[in-house]
Amino acid sequence: MLPLIVVAPMLGAAVAALLPPGRLPWLWATAVSWFMLWAAVGLAAQVMDLGVLSYWMGGWAPPIGIEYRLDPANALLALLIALLAAVVLPFAGPSLAAEVPERKSPWLYAAMLLFLAGQMGISVTGDAFNVFVFLEISSLATYTLIGLGRNRRALTASFSYLIMGTVGATFFLIGVGLLYALTGTLNMADLAARLPDVAATRTVHTAYAFIVVGVCLKLALFPLHLWLPNAYTYAPSAVTALMAATATKVAIYVLIRFIYTVFGPSFAFGEMPTVQLLVPLAIVGLLSTSVVAIGQANIKRMLAYSSVAQIGYMVLGIGMATATGLTAALLHVFNHALMKGALFLALGCIAYRFGTTQIDTFRGLGRRMPWTMAAFVAGGLSLIGVPLTVGFISKWYLVSAAIELGWWPIVAVIIVGSLLAVIYIWRVVEVAYLQPAEDTTRCEAPLALLVPTWLLVGLNFWFGIDTRVTVGIAERAATLLFSTAAGGAP
Amino acid sequence: MDTVIDVLLLAFLAICAVSILRLRDLFAMAMMFGLFSLISAGLFTTMHAPDVAFTEAAVGAGISTILILATLAQTARREQPVPTRSKWLPLAIVCVTGAALIYGTVDLPAFGDPAAPAHNHVAPYYLQESYNDIGIPNVVASILASYRGYDTLGEVVVVFSAVIGVLALLGLRARPPGIVAGPVRRLDHRAVLKVIAKLVVPVILLFALYVQFHGEYSPGGGFQAGVIFAAAIILYALVFGLDEARRVIKPQLLQRLPAIGVLIFGGVGLLTMLLGGNYLAYNALGENPQKAQQTGIILVEIGVGVTVASVMLLIYFTFAERGRGRKADEGDGGSSA
Amino acid sequence: MSFLAHYNYHLAIILAMIGLYTMISRTNLVKKVAGLNIFQVSVFILFISLGVLDGGTVPILKEGYSAYSNPLPHVLILTAIVVGVATTAVALALVVRIHEAYGTVEEDQVQAKDEEP
Repeated sequence: MLPLIVVAPMLGAAVAALLPPGRLPWLWATAVSWFMLWAAVGLAAQVMDLGVLSYWMGGWAPPIGIEYRLDPANALLALLIALLAAVVLPFAGPSLAAEVPERKSPWLYAAMLLFLAGQMGISVTGDAFNVFVFLEISSLATYTLIGLGRNRRALTASFSYLIMGTVGATFFLIGVGLLYALTGTLNMADLAARLPDVAATRTVHTAYAFIVVGVCLKLALFPLHLWLPNAYTYAPSAVTALMAATATKVAIYVLIRFIYTVFGPSFAFGEMPTVQLLVPLAIVGLLSTSVVAIGQANIKRMLAYSSVAQIGYMVLGIGMATATGLTAALLHVFNHALMKGALFLALGCIAYRFGTTQIDTFRGLGRRMPWTMAAFVAGGLSLIGVPLTVGFISKWYLVSAAIELGWWPIVAVIIVGSLLAVIYIWRVVEVAYLQPAEDTTRCEAPLALLVPTWLLVGLNFWFGIDTRVTVGIAERAATLLFSTAAGGAP
Repeated sequence: MDTVIDVLLLAFLAICAVSILRLRDLFAMAMMFGLFSLISAGLFTTMHAPDVAFTEAAVGAGISTILILATLAQTARREQPVPTRSKWLPLAIVCVTGAALIYGTVDLPAFGDPAAPAHNHVAPYYLQESYNDIGIPNVVASILASYRGYDTLGEVVVVFSAVIGVLALLGLRARPPGIVAGPVRRLDHRAVLKVIAKLVVPVILLFALYVQFHGEYSPGGGFQAGVIFAAAIILYALVFGLDEARRVIKPQLLQRLPAIGVLIFGGVGLLTMLLGGNYLAYNALGENPQKAQQTGIILVEIGVGVTVASVMLLIYFTFAERGRGRKADEGDGGSSA
Repeated sequence: MSFLAHYNYHLAIILAMIGLYTMISRTNLVKKVAGLNIFQVSVFILFISLGVLDGGTVPILKEGYSAYSNPLPHVLILTAIVVGVATTAVALALVVRIHEAYGTVEEDQVQAKDEEP
């Protein structure tokens, strides 16, 4: 079952490309995504029972062959990717039909499935080079998907992302190559066992630096986030929703995996200035981008800057180097996907009706598209961190982790970040509910778009109230990641 | 002597790289780019990596250069640099990165050192056991198609993603409004080219098949074979015209081949699962493990060859087709360059 | 002494930096793609250098040879080369579209057109 969660979308993409244009590619892609969700739930349950799942590709034992390895951390991620795919793909049908010509639909949905295959492949593999290959699969699919946006600026956004993304991937490759030169292996668990012997060398330090920089480019850590605002703004709506919810999260997972499993906390936090680098950049990132978000006229762009800010929170959690901090980061990875997913889907509804997401379009939308705006408000509340939403859970854990370390200024920063979010969300709410519209006809989004949107909104509240599943997996993952530090046999 | 050749080749590469940086005439830059690829292929050969050299020559000097030329034919021939642009930031970034990398290589094992970890961990298993496990002499093929076959599946999917991207972005039929297809350019009025092309194309195709099936015993395999096959058709297209070349393989079939290749490769993996093994565990395909492995490898390499050949052709045709566009109200002069 | 033992790595790194510089500093989009390729190929040269064995030969098993260079980097770089050309193809497709949409492939001119109202 473990390989099928990646093989299904890969081969599914090939099938999608063979289908005739029309609705069939979309329906097929949706079916594949639901299969992925079913597989992910099953695998997550197995992992919570057994601890770690290992699968040998080709029947060859690692490190001779490639290993797929699932533990609570990446089981959470697999669940996340599959869940978002299963909700966004049904939305994508009507939404993308309005934004991309129908004759391109086989390639469009092939690209969506390739994106999912790539993301899932990165998440469940236990081999460092395999990460690179699937990273490039999902990246190429992303460049294609962004480039399909209607505005010609989508093309330049995609090109910039291509250049920066390829440099990041090449840096990652350099790091893996240097590690290979000193250990002779590519398997992550094997690397973890062999690195302590050579960790004091300059080569390993350099390898660490290149891997971290490469991954940080992909996860859009300030100041390497420059590709993100344009890419999110000009991509088709459903594509932005899926990307915002998954791509950067998977990159965060790769960072966590390399810091905790491959290199180990004692090396990453002890010998390398990781904390001193990640924490300040995270803070500057989250504050500066939140401020920039406030000034944006295009709401999609505003949410893009907001995403960079939220990534700052996740990196902050990682940089705290404690189990609570890591739990908070993992929780926020999951929860942010739900929040931003819902918000971008709501924007997708508005784009469907109006073709634009400029703030003027929002005038009086509270009355004209009540359900859509309510979804936006709900997502916004989650983003701010209001109790009963998932956003609150993440912020709570993050603040607890900061208090645990005695980092009171950081607590202040987190709260300021939330206040800034209040400002930029309120801007939209004010225009939508308090300003009258010129045209007051009701133009609610069709049910096909509202249902997936509200499903995500509902999950925001569900997981905000019943936190057993998410917190359970996250805490288990954090404990496991800390205990199997370099030197211990996982 | 080896060292001298190495350093000489690297020096040539540096000269090529600097000229690519500085040349304003982009067609000349494309030629230097092809040269860079070819010389690096030579360098790979001296470093005992003929499979890599093969692929780099075919892909870099072949496909990449062709695509750059096809792009230049549709865009601009000369670079228009901005004189006031600051060079300090790029220079600083590059110096920092380069310094960090050089710093990182200080503790590396010496070039060629037999005591290096890379030579003493996983690699000896491949060299010593692959003949027992799989039974073919080309160890690179064993690793590529069997031990790390899943990475190769990923690679084929990457190639597939590229053609999806190019088709989605440049499409195979539609043009921007006001643009129609211009006349096809042919070179067959040049007798020498026509004669030589007719002689050489069949040989290239045969060589592609040889590389595909002999790749287990000599450098080669699905990727190189696919690219060489495509190169033969592209040569035909350049001399006899795009329309003639498009008739070699029916367009509807050509568009489907990349997906079919991926399904062949992935399908072999599903087959082994159905037969009780892990995904892509060829041992499940038969009684004798060596024969089973070789069967799996042949099947999988066919999938690779089909996808790579069809993708390279499709990408070339798409670029060339798009480049034929000329304004609807222009005379029969065709587009420039 | 160790400097000379690593000459191959250093030269490859210098090449990579020339490629990276081309990519960052030039505004012509096609040149950026070429620079990206040079950067990548130079990294591949670095990788392959890591696998060379003194006195070894091509890793194709043959009677009479016992010392072979490491085949694993070859496999990885083969994959990486193909990934590189795939990226180049998509990048150039984007360049063609950008030229159709903006009339130029110089980055600064494209940005200027985007800033016009």
